[in-house]
Amino acid sequence: MSTALRRKWLAAAGTAAALALVVGCTSNTPEAEDTAEAPAPAAAAGSNDEAGDKVVIGFSAPAADHGWMGSITKSAVDEAAKYEDVELVQAEATNDVNLQISQIEQFINDGVDAIVLLPFDGAALTEVAIKAMQAGIVVVNVDREFEDPDAARTTVLGDNYGMGVSAGTYICGEVGGNPDAKVAEIAGIDNLPLTQQRSQGFEDALGACGLEVSNRVAADFTVQGGETAAANLLQAAPQLDAIWNHDDDQGVGIMAAIENAGRDEFIMVGGAGSKNVMESIKADDTVLKATVIYPSTQAADGIKLARLLVQGKSMSDLVEVEVPRTVQLYAPVVTKENVDQYLPTAFES
Amino acid sequence: MSEQDMTVPAADESARVEQVAKPGEKRGGVLSGATGRNLGLVIALVALCIFGIITAGERFASIDNVLTILRLASVVGVISIGMTFVITGGGIDLSVGSVIGLASVWASTLATQTMAEDFHWIVIVLCGLGVGLGAGLINGVLIAYGKVVAFIATLAMLVSARGLAEIIANRQTQIVEVDGFLDFSRSSPLGVPMLVWIFLLVSVAGWILLNRTTFGRRTIAVGGNPEAARLAGIKVKRHTMYLYALCGLTAGIGGVMMLGRTTAGSSTNGQLYELDAIAAVVIGGTLLIGGRGTIVGTVLGVLIFSTLSNVFTQNNLSISAQAIAKGVIIVVAVLLQQRIAERSRAGT
Repeated sequence: MSTALRRKWLAAAGTAAALALVVGCTSNTPEAEDTAEAPAPAAAAGSNDEAGDKVVIGFSAPAADHGWMGSITKSAVDEAAKYEDVELVQAEATNDVNLQISQIEQFINDGVDAIVLLPFDGAALTEVAIKAMQAGIVVVNVDREFEDPDAARTTVLGDNYGMGVSAGTYICGEVGGNPDAKVAEIAGIDNLPLTQQRSQGFEDALGACGLEVSNRVAADFTVQGGETAAANLLQAAPQLDAIWNHDDDQGVGIMAAIENAGRDEFIMVGGAGSKNVMESIKADDTVLKATVIYPSTQAADGIKLARLLVQGKSMSDLVEVEVPRTVQLYAPVVTKENVDQYLPTAFES
Repeated sequence: MSEQDMTVPAADESARVEQVAKPGEKRGGVLSGATGRNLGLVIALVALCIFGIITAGERFASIDNVLTILRLASVVGVISIGMTFVITGGGIDLSVGSVIGLASVWASTLATQTMAEDFHWIVIVLCGLGVGLGAGLINGVLIAYGKVVAFIATLAMLVSARGLAEIIANRQTQIVEVDGFLDFSRSSPLGVPMLVWIFLLVSVAGWILLNRTTFGRRTIAVGGNPEAARLAGIKVKRHTMYLYALCGLTAGIGGVMMLGRTTAGSSTNGQLYELDAIAAVVIGGTLLIGGRGTIVGTVLGVLIFSTLSNVFTQNNLSISAQAIAKGVIIVVAVLLQQRIAERSRAGT
């Protein structure tokens, strides 16, 4: 009896020790980095940043299943933390529109001042967003657009078509001299309108210099999906001159597939603008020569705009008295020459 | 529903089924054999609510918030009722989430919507239910007559239903513009949203079907011991097929509900709902190996999950902490339930 008891205790203690060990190993933050991280340049001490009335902002976004989406939430939370007058209420990140709708319903019940919403599916969240607007809540729509203009006061968008154009124009400049150049495209999730817009922009820009997409595959923004898609693509195309990859998160898997296949006869252009891609562009030791930015700070901009809207302030650099209806961000090409300018806002994938 | 097909006199058959169904267990009312098991769930739900009221006060206890919880619960709730039957009958259905996606897409195609405009909005509902029932029947035939293992047959349906939905929708979101249907799904008779009414109706119908009909007793018999059930005169294969068809039908209802809630059909609807439903059913006290099922437990299980997510958001907990807490609560709920069941068994 007592030995059995002792054995039980030993087992419990052992489990606890193993747990402690495992927990101790989960940290991914280099010790020094915390202090080295400089405050963002946002603190240009304009009157807009001075504390005003308290603003409660509800925030909801899809699950952080890839680095870009993770950075959306992280940068929004960080931005909100910079303001004493902002209280951010975060809802569970989800790819289930049913749950996301109920989160917005909850925000309406709670009477928040503003909602910053990156919907998993813009169309599915439109109705509940209209309800929120009717309840007098300022809705800021981020990235994926609603179906109805009345569903949001302000919309912050990336430039998906422009991303494709930027990537296509850059590739034209690099390989456009050869009219037979083979250009491949690795798209993201194909059923999102944003993927279709990116592909359209890419096709249009390539068309301007007489090139076309010779091979196109689609992945799903994940490392694993990128690896599979790229491995198939490289099998199908024995010789390539350029590849455009829509997303740097899946790019990690794509680079692995390229290394496995031992290929380096082409140049590759990334998309979205992750930190590790920018670093390898800077080092210039792989096929990656450029990436096109799709800002992961959109939701952070959404938080700032929501705060201005609720406090009745305007964007101080514009003459306009009111905050604009739509803010569309730019999609610049990052190369070895200008990479240093963009590294600070790059996202970790 | 199939009295005329039976080879033995009804009274005789049902007596034998009764014997096979559950030796030693009293025939299930809400308050008979299942009391002990449900008690754990009620305690968990009440504890969650108390936690919610303490931390969020009026905001949690308001009628609006309770309705928000119920609306969130209703789609998963309806498919969990169907899942309860399949699991009680000794099977599993992994395809319900995909079938929700397929039904919502099929019921919102341009063709369906045009027909609904010309004829009546009920066309949308019937189309969704038909798709669900059809998918369920395919599952049932494959499993009962094709002798494909349930896990594999429904896994195949999970993959292919989603694929078919993507093809039909061309991977785009289809917006519903049939006003009659939208008005119906937006209505709230007696102040209770239509979605919640549907959940309630399906639950009551499920409870009656499982506890008060021959169909329910046969389900328990088939799940508990298929060989004995066969010897007692039950057509096990046909009954198994009915169970999957029923589960598919609830997935079709779920798809239509999703359509009403989001006003849009999308092939991404219902992703991972099969796991939510299975978790709710098992937490509820239905045996994963079959032979015992409880609708009340399932409903409580669904409510626990949706209340949990509501309480988390009320308290602004970190997203990752929420996920961990969910896992812990699943395990604690099952452990608690086992303890209580053991104690009540020891007591008799």
